[in-house]
Amino acid sequence: MANALLHVEGLTRRFGGVIAADSVTLEISAGEVHAVIGPNGAGKSTLVGLLAGEVASQEGTIRYDGGDITRLPVYRRSRLGLARSFQISSLFPDFTALDNVALAVQAHQGHSFHFWRDARREYELRKPAQAALEHAGLADRAGVRVHRLSHGEQRQLEIAMALATQPRLLLLDEPMAGMGPEESAQMVAMLRRLKGSMTILLIEHDMEAVFALADRISVLVYGRVIACGRPEDVRADPAVRKAYLGEKESERHGRPNA
Amino acid sequence: MTGQIDPPLDSPLVAASRFRLTAGMALPVLLVAALALIPVYAAVTSDTFAITLFTRVLILAIGAVSLNLIMGYGGMVSFGHAAYLGIGGYAVGVLAKEGIGSGFVQWPLAIAASALFALGVGALSLRTRGVYFIMITLAFAQMIYYVAIGLDRYGGDDGLTIYKRSTFGSLIDLNNKTLFYYLCFGLLLASIYFIARLTNSRFGLAIRGARSNDRRMRAIGFPTFRYRLVCFVIAGALCGLAGVLLANHTNFVSPALMHWTRSGDLIVMVVLGGLGSLFGPLIGAVTFLLLEEGLSRVTQYPDLILGPLLLLVAIYVNGGIEGLIEGRRLG
Repeated sequence: MANALLHVEGLTRRFGGVIAADSVTLEISAGEVHAVIGPNGAGKSTLVGLLAGEVASQEGTIRYDGGDITRLPVYRRSRLGLARSFQISSLFPDFTALDNVALAVQAHQGHSFHFWRDARREYELRKPAQAALEHAGLADRAGVRVHRLSHGEQRQLEIAMALATQPRLLLLDEPMAGMGPEESAQMVAMLRRLKGSMTILLIEHDMEAVFALADRISVLVYGRVIACGRPEDVRADPAVRKAYLGEKESERHGRPNA
Repeated sequence: MTGQIDPPLDSPLVAASRFRLTAGMALPVLLVAALALIPVYAAVTSDTFAITLFTRVLILAIGAVSLNLIMGYGGMVSFGHAAYLGIGGYAVGVLAKEGIGSGFVQWPLAIAASALFALGVGALSLRTRGVYFIMITLAFAQMIYYVAIGLDRYGGDDGLTIYKRSTFGSLIDLNNKTLFYYLCFGLLLASIYFIARLTNSRFGLAIRGARSNDRRMRAIGFPTFRYRLVCFVIAGALCGLAGVLLANHTNFVSPALMHWTRSGDLIVMVVLGGLGSLFGPLIGAVTFLLLEEGLSRVTQYPDLILGPLLLLVAIYVNGGIEGLIEGRRLG
């Protein structure tokens, strides 16, 4: 595909005897929302780790915007516009919400070898950070330390930090994890607003959210992509129904928050 | 660093300054004022030992300030920080013995040597975490300790007497005890101010972010290793300065300066005063050294009392003495 922003070819990662990514091949077009779904343990988070650069691949290549980034360290990928959010909120708990986002802004304004000026008084850091918080609906929580924020607010901040790096490709690892229905709906609304302004790879268990947002869906089972296509096609795919969707339905009764 | 909502902000974009006067500032202010008056007290009572003792307190407080930078703000627990006291001290001693007495040469070289050693130690140790980091910093310090023992020309095990303090032309005479005291006092305040600026700068926030959540820092685009390394080097250089002062203070350097128990003492001062608090290292150094001095007058085993005391502080006072005074860090 000519306008593929991300092109993953034969990506493989084993942990001991377990294959977390088994020759994954994936193409993400610029501007699309591409969901990756799959049962627990299918290797979805490993895939995000591989793409973000936290997990080293053993085989295969990752091409991003025409360049090979397979061996680039995490921070270099971030500077190229590849941002991720974490399934379990990964924030700076001692810092305020605004400080958290301002750090993400700072990371993308050249090096940080500035030793003297008070960074908390720098307009060029605080202003964009404030804007990112407003975007995430957290403007009135700017001065609150992170560990005082509610779970839902932390999830929003998690996304706001990724957005503050002004990504071209956003990797979202279960953004709705642990959210109630109301918070989930807010998150879907927020992601819908983002749609079109950047390319999104969405990993999510919440099928309603996935089918509401995704342009295309890839289904990952035991580290392999078993299907990829438009939501309605994937939904109808018998292999997918067998491997995943059906199982998911029956599983739901036993799990309160899935 | 615990859970409070920040004080109201003057502007939504700008966080409150760290420098406002609060009840928590009372202890540091009183302490600094008292330290400023020590030479006056010494002159009135003709108790010159007070100057000698408190000069030592000020110098080791600089060492503790430097350790607090990496340990408190950077989360890098160095168990070999006394190595820099030794390198700074030996640089002065060795140069003095070789006939180079000028402080304009000695001091920059001593600080550069400390920084260089920190660069080497940091480049290796910062690739590891937790207990491995602690062990590697300890191993390097022990290595340099044994190197000093092996320096026969410079006294080996017995140490090296420095017959002449660093000279600065007619600028300042370090042989004047009062002047030297105020020099150390000024350098201590300057280093505390430097740390205050540093830890709130872009660099400082990068360091503190890496302590808090290194993984996220890399994910948002920070090459954290190089920031931590530079921080480690800055701390090494600052502690080298403390070593320079210590050598000039005691007119003597020996391998004992770098023994691992000295590194332990510095850690104790920092923890006692409160990790990552601006004046904590000073409070810790004063408390530790005065207790040590006082206890050694009444018992042969001051550690028997110091040890349990530290244990109590570590267990019950999350944030050290400064945290206790501020009353908001009680674990």
